[in-house]
Amino acid sequence: MRTKLRYRLLGGLRRVIILLLVVWTVVSLVTLLIELVPGDPAVAVLGEQATPEQFAQFREKHGLDRPPFFFSFPEDANGERHFVWHGADNRYTDYWRALLHGDMGLSFRNDRPVISLILERYPATIELAIFAMLIAVLIAIPLGVIAGTHRGTLVDNFASVIALLGISLPSFVIGPMLVYVFAVKLRWLAPSGRFDWSDIILPAFTLGAALSAILTRMVRSSVIEELGEDYVRTARAKGLSERTVVYKHVLKNGLIPVVTILGLQLGVLLAGAIITEKIFGWPGLGLLLVEDGIGKRDYRVVQGCVLVISMTYIIANLLTDMVYRWLDPRIRVS
Amino acid sequence: MNRLTIIGLVIVVVLVIVALFAPWIAPYDVGATNLSMRYLPPSAAHWFGTDSTGRDIFSRVVFGTRISLQVGIVVVTVSAFVGTILGAIAGYYGGWVDRFVSGYVFNVFLAFPGLLLAIAMVAFLGAGLNKLILALCIIGWVGYARLIRGQVLKVREYDFVQAARALGASDSRILLVHILPNAIQPLIVQASLGMAGAVLSEASLSFLGLGVPPPAPSWGVMIEEARDLSTLQAAPHALIFPGIAIALTVLAFNFIGDGLREYLDPRQRAR
Repeated sequence: MRTKLRYRLLGGLRRVIILLLVVWTVVSLVTLLIELVPGDPAVAVLGEQATPEQFAQFREKHGLDRPPFFFSFPEDANGERHFVWHGADNRYTDYWRALLHGDMGLSFRNDRPVISLILERYPATIELAIFAMLIAVLIAIPLGVIAGTHRGTLVDNFASVIALLGISLPSFVIGPMLVYVFAVKLRWLAPSGRFDWSDIILPAFTLGAALSAILTRMVRSSVIEELGEDYVRTARAKGLSERTVVYKHVLKNGLIPVVTILGLQLGVLLAGAIITEKIFGWPGLGLLLVEDGIGKRDYRVVQGCVLVISMTYIIANLLTDMVYRWLDPRIRVS
Repeated sequence: MNRLTIIGLVIVVVLVIVALFAPWIAPYDVGATNLSMRYLPPSAAHWFGTDSTGRDIFSRVVFGTRISLQVGIVVVTVSAFVGTILGAIAGYYGGWVDRFVSGYVFNVFLAFPGLLLAIAMVAFLGAGLNKLILALCIIGWVGYARLIRGQVLKVREYDFVQAARALGASDSRILLVHILPNAIQPLIVQASLGMAGAVLSEASLSFLGLGVPPPAPSWGVMIEEARDLSTLQAAPHALIFPGIAIALTVLAFNFIGDGLREYLDPRQRAR
C-alpha cells in the first residue's frame, strides 16, 4: 500500500515537472521568437515616416530599448560583434515578471492591455470549441454505434464514406462550401459574424467535422471490439434486449477511449479554431491572432494569443489524463 | 495489399506525373489574368473554369501540385533524416542525449498543437515557402525521432544484435546494418502519413496568408481567393476544384500509410 502511494506521488511529481518545463518553454519561445522578427518592430508598426522621437518613445513604452536577454552580441562601431552580459535586468525577465502578475504587456497598435483583448475574445473561442465538440459527439455516437452493430451493411459503408470525407476535407474547404450552400444559395444562415444564436451552427459544424469523423471510426471499432467480450454474452444470456446490451453495457465500456480522444481533441479544436474563425469572421482568439496580431504585426498580441492557446491546450490535456485515470482503474495502478 | 492502398498509390503516381510535367499539361499561363474571361464555368476550353481574375483554374491546380509535393517531400525527407539520427542516437546510447530528447523534447513538442507552433513561427519569421518548410521541419522531426528511438530500444535487445556486438562490430555498424533496417518499415508508414500532414499544413498556412504568398498557385491560396462572397456566388467551381485536389492528395497518402501499417502489422488486418 505504501509503495503504491509512493509510485503515485512520484508519477504526479513527474507530471508537475513536465508541466512546468512545458510552460517555461512556451513562454521562452514567445518571448525569444520576437527577436527573430526581420526588421525593427517599431518601423513595422509606426511606418518609415515616423520621427526618431516617435520611434524612441515607442521603444521605451514597450521595453524594446532594453536588452532582449541575459546576454547579447551587439555590433559595435566597427561592425564587429562582442559578447555583452546584461544580467537579470532584461526583456525576458521583464516578460516573466509581468506575466506572473497577469500582465501580458500593451498592444503595439492601440495601447490596450493584451490580457483584456484576450479575455474579450476568449469566451467566443471556447463557445465555438464546445459547440463543435457537441456536434461531433451528436453525429459520431449514433453513427458509430449503428455502423458497429450493423457491420458490413449499407449503413456501415455509408458511415465509413462520411468519416473518410470528414477526415480528408480540410476545414477551409468544408467551411466555404457550407457558406455557399447555406448562406449564398439557400440564404438560411449568415455567412459570417457572431450576432444571432444561429451564427454558431456553420462554424461549429466546420470545426467539428474532422472530429466527428475520427470519433465515428473510434466508436465503431470500440463497439465491435466490446461486442465480442464475454460480458456481452452473459448479458444476452440473461435475456436482456439487444438495445439494453448495446446502450447500457457496450457503450459504457466502449466510450472510455472516446473520452480520452475528446479531451485530447479539445486542444486540436482550439488550434483548428484559428482557421475556422478566419473563415466565418468569428471574433475569437484565432481571429485576434491572425488579423490583429499577425496581420497588423502586433507582436505583443501574437505572444499573448499563442501563450493562452497553448496553455488552454496543455490544461485540457492534463484534465483529460486525470479523467481517464479516474474512469479506468486499470491505468491508475500501473 | 488492400484496394484502398492501391487507389492511393495510383493517385500519388498521377500527382507526381502532373507535378513533373506541369508545363506541358497546363494549357494556360498560371498568372495570365483576363478580366473579360472571369468566372467562366467549366467548359472544353477551361476544364475547371476560370477564377475572379480570369485565370485558368485547371492550369493553376496543375501547378499547385508542384508546390504541395515539393513542401511534402522536403519536409518529410528532412524531418525523417534528422529524426532518425537523433532518435537512433538517443535510443542506442541513452545518457544525457536520451534524457534531453525523450524527457524534454518529446514531452514539450507533443504538449502543444503543431499547427499553432507553425503559425507562431511563421508569424515571427515572416511568410514564404522556405520559412514555411523550415517551420514544418522543426515540428516534424520529433515524431520520427520518437518512432526510431522506440524501435532502437526494442531491436537493441535482440539476439542478433548481441551476437554482432560479441563479434566486435562497431556501434555505427550495428546501428546502420543491424538496427536501422529493422526500423525502416514503420518509418515508411510515418513518412506517408507525414506527407498528408505536410500537404495539409502547407495549404492551411497558405490559406491563412502565412505560407506561399499569392499569386502563387498554392491550393490554399486558391481557396482563400475563392471564398469571398461574390466569387462564391459567381464561381463556386473556383473553390471546389482546388478543394478536391487537396482532399484527394491527403486521402491518397493516408490510404497508403494506413494500408502499409495494416500490411506490416498483421494483428490489425482482422479488423
